[in-house]
Amino acid sequence: MIQFNNVSFGYSKQKLLYTNINLELTAGSVYGLLGKNGAGKSTLLKLMAGLVYPLHGKLSVFNANPTKRAPSFMHEVFFIPEEIDTPSLHVLDFGAEHMPFYPKFNNEQFLDYLKEFDIPMTNLNNMSFGQKKKVWIALGMASNASLIILDEPTNGLDIPSKRKLRKLIASVLNEDTCIIISTHQVKDLDSLIDKIILVDEGEIIVNTDTDSITEKLVFKLSPDISSTEQYLYYESSLAGNLIVKERTPEDETTKLDLELFFNAGINNKNGIKQLFN
Amino acid sequence: MHFHSNKAIYIQIADLICEKILSGIFKEEERIPSVRELAVDLEVNPNTVMRTYEYLQDLAIISNKRGVGFFVNTESIERVTAYLRKEFMEQELPNLFKNMKILAININEIDQLYQHYLQNNLNNSNEKK
Repeated sequence: MIQFNNVSFGYSKQKLLYTNINLELTAGSVYGLLGKNGAGKSTLLKLMAGLVYPLHGKLSVFNANPTKRAPSFMHEVFFIPEEIDTPSLHVLDFGAEHMPFYPKFNNEQFLDYLKEFDIPMTNLNNMSFGQKKKVWIALGMASNASLIILDEPTNGLDIPSKRKLRKLIASVLNEDTCIIISTHQVKDLDSLIDKIILVDEGEIIVNTDTDSITEKLVFKLSPDISSTEQYLYYESSLAGNLIVKERTPEDETTKLDLELFFNAGINNKNGIKQLFN
Repeated sequence: MHFHSNKAIYIQIADLICEKILSGIFKEEERIPSVRELAVDLEVNPNTVMRTYEYLQDLAIISNKRGVGFFVNTESIERVTAYLRKEFMEQELPNLFKNMKILAININEIDQLYQHYLQNNLNNSNEKK
């Protein structure tokens, strides 16, 4: 669905953020885009949405070039930024203003999602940040666009809303859609993500599915670290050692610990890259 | 749903379905929730539920009737019992043994407590009737 071929990008030509990256994203999945602050997650999302343009290389999204911003491309992409802008409009007028841009927009769903999220029927100016964010999420999900990009969607959301968001994502995903979520709050959404893209210092460290991760790695709490075993990464505390190691046929598969995987990927880049690329 | 850290999520969902079959909430030859319904209910990726359902089909516990949905097989109770027994023997029991060894708990102590438990449970289920 999305293909980066040797794409380079930087906000200035002297200092490139990404150099010759290759990345492929397919439909039917929820991608989790992970990386440290300033790693370039939002930039990667903006490239896909055609909000910033590659300096070199070829980027195609549904076989179109996002920089051309053709209406047929724009119809199918909904981008929900981390920092949201909302005009002084009644929530329903705000919806009506966006609807015409998305041919598959479903107003019934929009109203349904607003209700699920407890959004008051009032002007956006009277709403809290979290409420505004939920209006954007409702709008994006009701757009039925093939590519839905959410940049830090759980920021500002209260506890019940996070649960609603998880249910909403599970209900809208189908084999033709691709949902990309960049997040630091991995625990908010980890059971929904089935593909992981990990970026660090302008490099794509991993792009793989969570099944392959649990197939190849075990995550566990171990009372001691043995000197004979090879670990990819571990964290020690009084409670024991959280370890990431390569899975042998004797090891049962364990649940993916996203935080631990993230730390392993950042701290042992080569070890993780060798296993997954 | 709250997932433990020691098992893949799709296996934990399979265990959940098995428990529902054993307790009679999902009955033989009846339809179970669709992939999407269960994904929304448990707040997990539909692909994960799909993997659970494929896993349970391989164990011949459920089957897919094209266009209708997933159904609990006849004789699934025997298969579920065998599956959960195997899981218990291979995964939970070694843990229990490990703790028994550390705490120096004798198997006879456990046996006594177990007999006591069975007795209590028998009384309780009689009272309910």
